[in-house]
Amino acid sequence: MARLRLPAVSGSDITSREAWLNRRSFLVSGAATGLGIGSARAAGTLKARATSYTVKDPPTPRVDVTTYNNFYEFGLDKGDPVQNSGGFHPEPWTVRVDGLVRQPRTFSMDDLAALMPVEERIYRMRCVEAWSMVIPWDGFALAALLGVVEPLGDAKYVAFESVLRPDEMPGQRGGLASLDWPYVEGLRLDEAMNPLTFMAVGLYGDRLPNQNGAPLRLVVPWKYGFKGAKSIVRIRLVADMPRTTWHSMAPEEYGFYANVNPTVDHPRWSQGSERVIGSSGFFGAGRRTTEMFNGYGEQVASLYAGMDLRRWY
Amino acid sequence: MPSRRAPVVFPSRLELWLITLIGLVPAGLYFWYGAHNQLGADPVNVFERWLGLWGVRFLVVTLAIAPLRDLGVINLVRYRRTFGLLVFWYAVMHVATYGVLDQHLDLRAVFGEVTTKPFLMVGLAAFVLLCPLAATSNRWSIRTLGRLWGTLHRGVYVVAALAGVHFLMAFKTYTVTSVGYAAALFVLGAAGVVRRVRHNGRRRMSAANEPMRRPKTTG
Ligand code: HEM
Repeated sequence: MARLRLPAVSGSDITSREAWLNRRSFLVSGAATGLGIGSARAAGTLKARATSYTVKDPPTPRVDVTTYNNFYEFGLDKGDPVQNSGGFHPEPWTVRVDGLVRQPRTFSMDDLAALMPVEERIYRMRCVEAWSMVIPWDGFALAALLGVVEPLGDAKYVAFESVLRPDEMPGQRGGLASLDWPYVEGLRLDEAMNPLTFMAVGLYGDRLPNQNGAPLRLVVPWKYGFKGAKSIVRIRLVADMPRTTWHSMAPEEYGFYANVNPTVDHPRWSQGSERVIGSSGFFGAGRRTTEMFNGYGEQVASLYAGMDLRRWY
Repeated sequence: MPSRRAPVVFPSRLELWLITLIGLVPAGLYFWYGAHNQLGADPVNVFERWLGLWGVRFLVVTLAIAPLRDLGVINLVRYRRTFGLLVFWYAVMHVATYGVLDQHLDLRAVFGEVTTKPFLMVGLAAFVLLCPLAATSNRWSIRTLGRLWGTLHRGVYVVAALAGVHFLMAFKTYTVTSVGYAAALFVLGAAGVVRRVRHNGRRRMSAANEPMRRPKTTG
């Protein structure tokens, strides 16, 4: 089984989609013929196991996934995170998992590498701002990590806390647009335990670039992107709904649930369709109709049975 | 105040054409970039916002002309129409980009959004108000409309306020850029309103002081 390794990779190591696709087919054929796939690439490969968690749509080019980011810790513009995250140190890193659990524990990235086999999942990503991507993530199911710490019976929610490092994150040094740092997101425990809920340590087969939330981030494909806390240092199991950042900042715009829902508009724009991100100029990628739960209804709709999703947006 | 007014600078026709042409360069440049996949991951949004931003920039220039004159810096009133029309053309391109490149001419989506989202309703109001201003930005209208023309064109202060609000609402949080431009728009717009009120007050006063020059029509 492939294990999580975290060799350093420079931020400029950007592969084109073609190269990536070629590499994948090489990996697949390499594995099929029993070749050592480790030699297929230079250091930086996570050697993730392919899974059936994948969508048909073509993945968004890597250059777009790694240059068009909302990561307010590094600035407000989509281009700021790649520009301003060069001085961020994702190593060494620990994440504390505690709260209402039997075995509270602090994991180093090496601990995680030893415990969690890395798999690849190609997920849709729908931003609350009505744009979307398709991203090949590498990581492991959050449920597997939570299984290690053993949640207690009264744990109802999971809170995710991002790192607070004003020295390395210019967006955290105050100013007009500042949020209430550190960034906090949250899930209901049953949402967190859903097999789709994912902790990413890489994308496109390589360790996460700083601008994408290195070294460890949450990915919840049926929810708007802001639910996916980045650069996580603490995961807490709690009894009450956590005070999450965007929700407490503008509750009428950003719900706690934030499930992708084309029938519940954002106050400033419709959520019925989305701009597909991809470097193809004005006339390329275009627009697609937004799907309920971002197309993951089959796996998650039962979590919300009987809930009024207009009220609990 | 009026005594400090700077002397009028008269532009040549060529100069005004050049200003228009140069003023449209940002739009042309970005259109070219966008058509050639040089605007990054989300080219339509970048272009849309770029056009909105330049519309506001020219609106600030347009609104700054009167105070600059009154402060005795420079009197560019003869250039004002050219800048005002640039505001209008940028607004047209901004709205067209929204409708065509962004919403792909899905008129139902456009209509639905523009009539229900305050952010877009404010933008629409600004745009709707800009149209008659642009349509009457010619000598013939000034002559035919008389005083009504002046009243109508005071609508630019309302456009400034609406554009400022729209700009502030275009971001998830307040940003230095949006707050900066909105503040400029609000201050210049308010200065315009104050100037108008003062001016009207003076006119009434001087009218009262010089009864002889005012033909009496009643009693
Ligand atoms: C029907 C009328 C209008 C519509 C539908 C409209 C639509 C939009 C949209 C969709 C955005 C992008 C928001 C986003 O990305 O979230 C935007 C931004 C903006 N609009 Fe408008 N708009 C209208 C009129 C105007 C007018 C008249 C002006 C000013 C002259 C204006 C100035 C701006 C500015 C300054 C921005 C932000 C630019 C930036 O991000 O730097 N808009 N508008």
